[in-house]
Amino acid sequence: MTMNTPLIQFQNVSKRFGDKVVLDNVDLSIYPGEVTSLVGMSGSGKSVTLKLIIGLLKPDKGDILFNGKPVREMNSRERKEMKLLVNFMFQNNALFDSMNVFDNIALPLSEKGRVSREEIKTRVADKVELLDLQDTMEKYPSQISGGMQKRVALARALVNDPQVVLFDEPTTGLDPTRKNSVLSMITHNQKDFGFTAVLVSHDVPDVFYISNRVAIIEEGKIIYQGAPEELEQSDHELVHEFINSQSSLENEVMGLENPRGLDTTYRYAANNGELGNRFVAVLYTVQNFSRIQEIVGILMAHNIIATLSRILNNHISGESIILGRCSDDRILCILSESDMDRAKNMVSNISEDLQSQDFLRQSKYIKKCMDFSITAGIVEGSPDHSLYDLIEKAGNQEKELVRLRCGDQQE
Amino acid sequence: MKVLQELGGMFVFFLQGVALVFSFPLQLRKFLEQIYFIGVKSVFVILLVGLFAGMVLGLQGYYTLVKFGSEGVLGGVVALSIIRELGPVLTAIMVIGRAGSAMAAEIGIMRITEQIDALYTMAINPVRYLFSPRIVAALVCFPLLTALFDVIGIIGGYLTGVVLLGINSGIYMSRLENLVGLTDVMGGFYKSIAFGIVVVTICCYQGFYVHTRKEGFGAKGVSLATTSAVVMSSVLVLITDYVLTSFLL
Repeated sequence: MTMNTPLIQFQNVSKRFGDKVVLDNVDLSIYPGEVTSLVGMSGSGKSVTLKLIIGLLKPDKGDILFNGKPVREMNSRERKEMKLLVNFMFQNNALFDSMNVFDNIALPLSEKGRVSREEIKTRVADKVELLDLQDTMEKYPSQISGGMQKRVALARALVNDPQVVLFDEPTTGLDPTRKNSVLSMITHNQKDFGFTAVLVSHDVPDVFYISNRVAIIEEGKIIYQGAPEELEQSDHELVHEFINSQSSLENEVMGLENPRGLDTTYRYAANNGELGNRFVAVLYTVQNFSRIQEIVGILMAHNIIATLSRILNNHISGESIILGRCSDDRILCILSESDMDRAKNMVSNISEDLQSQDFLRQSKYIKKCMDFSITAGIVEGSPDHSLYDLIEKAGNQEKELVRLRCGDQQE
Repeated sequence: MKVLQELGGMFVFFLQGVALVFSFPLQLRKFLEQIYFIGVKSVFVILLVGLFAGMVLGLQGYYTLVKFGSEGVLGGVVALSIIRELGPVLTAIMVIGRAGSAMAAEIGIMRITEQIDALYTMAINPVRYLFSPRIVAALVCFPLLTALFDVIGIIGGYLTGVVLLGINSGIYMSRLENLVGLTDVMGGFYKSIAFGIVVVTICCYQGFYVHTRKEGFGAKGVSLATTSAVVMSSVLVLITDYVLTSFLL
């Protein structure tokens, strides 16, 4: 991996449409041979960034450097040469709908006039074979499926062996299987041809798996850029929101705090005396959780956590509490100004409710079954405890509430 | 002010298109395709319109001329009005309806579906790719279609004047020969060349810049662009006609 000079570099680039500032003093570096992903909410300026690179839009302020040379200072010949090295795959594919698939793919070559008809045929055939489009050559874009159109667009973007390919949301609107195949198609081709890829996407965290570099854009500013694994270590709030967007959706649906949010809430409440001098924390754990996810399925695992959280919510309504998920398999419930007896009472009520749940019936598991239990650990705490301490202490006090044994014949 | 700005924009667009005609590689295939689309496919309509325009002129001309007892000059009257005026104008109007609206719509749809942006990203100049072949084709087709219109119009006049109303065929033809000079024919061709430029430039321009319209986006924008392409080019053809006529006379 070459980390020397950036192939494309934004220097203080700003772009506005009317009153709306789309990009605000953006500095961005894209290195040769790498996959760089631009992620961000809709309307945060990702697509505009791509269009600035290819020259469909011009920056209001700042410079874009290509191979160290400002695009603004290039003459028309240099600009044309640059454009020949950079290809663009549009969000809506932008295939020529009155040309058949072959002509679509061949257009970048046939318009140059320097390539013979025979060579065009072989080069198109190469890409077509690679992307498995053999049967569509004579068809028109509207006659083939959306996934095929994507592949045609990719073939067209690759046919003249570009140095840089810009992908504008290549996976948006595709079903999960297609999404994965498009991403893997991009990464395989990128490795085979060695082009530099810039990818605009919403598909966090999938897109991180194929990226060497990630830039997160938020309201026209780049709030982070670097390697995806560094991103994981970073402290930025929004960055985490992005990475955890998958599990945060799950938690939001269940009305639970995220691990990070739980920590923040706890610290805030403890420092401001909202928890009183003494309080009780109950840690509920679904034992064997990762095995359930693995063997029975993630939806069943979700069902167990969701049911547990619903029951918890029912029992604590009206009380001053903090409820959150501190890891995949654990839910922490902090009851302020409470004592052990009340907490034990509540836990035994919850345990009763759990007994009647579907997921403890073996008949629910038609094909695959996995033993598991739900445990609860109760500890007393005071505001000077850290959340981590509480979780660890409670973890040592775990007592079983319910259990599923797959071998048992009981109903 | 806005109108002037738009006319200026069109003029620049036209100059770009013409300049790019001469850039290599020449786009012979696309040029032929456009000749087929603008020219060949318009032949039938032009023949039909030309025939009936000539026939009506013969009829109307006869009833006017017969009042002065000079129905003998009918051939000359029909030929002159068709060659100098009706031929180029009606041909232009028919081509606007047949090909101009189609150009505006096609290019407009290419714009809103980002196909023009796609051309740009492939380092293919969209003005060269879309406009230049059309302007060349128009320069070839308009005079030829006008010539066809002229011939069939004169035949139409002959049909009503000679065959239906009984003017002597020799007189019809000899008057025609006496009255029509080469300058008249050339004047008609100059006009048709000017109309070709006006029509194709306006229709392509309206489609090409459909995204810059203040009112109407997407499909509606394309429909508005097509409408204004047709209306604007028809009106401008007549204005150009007046200006050219006053110079040529």
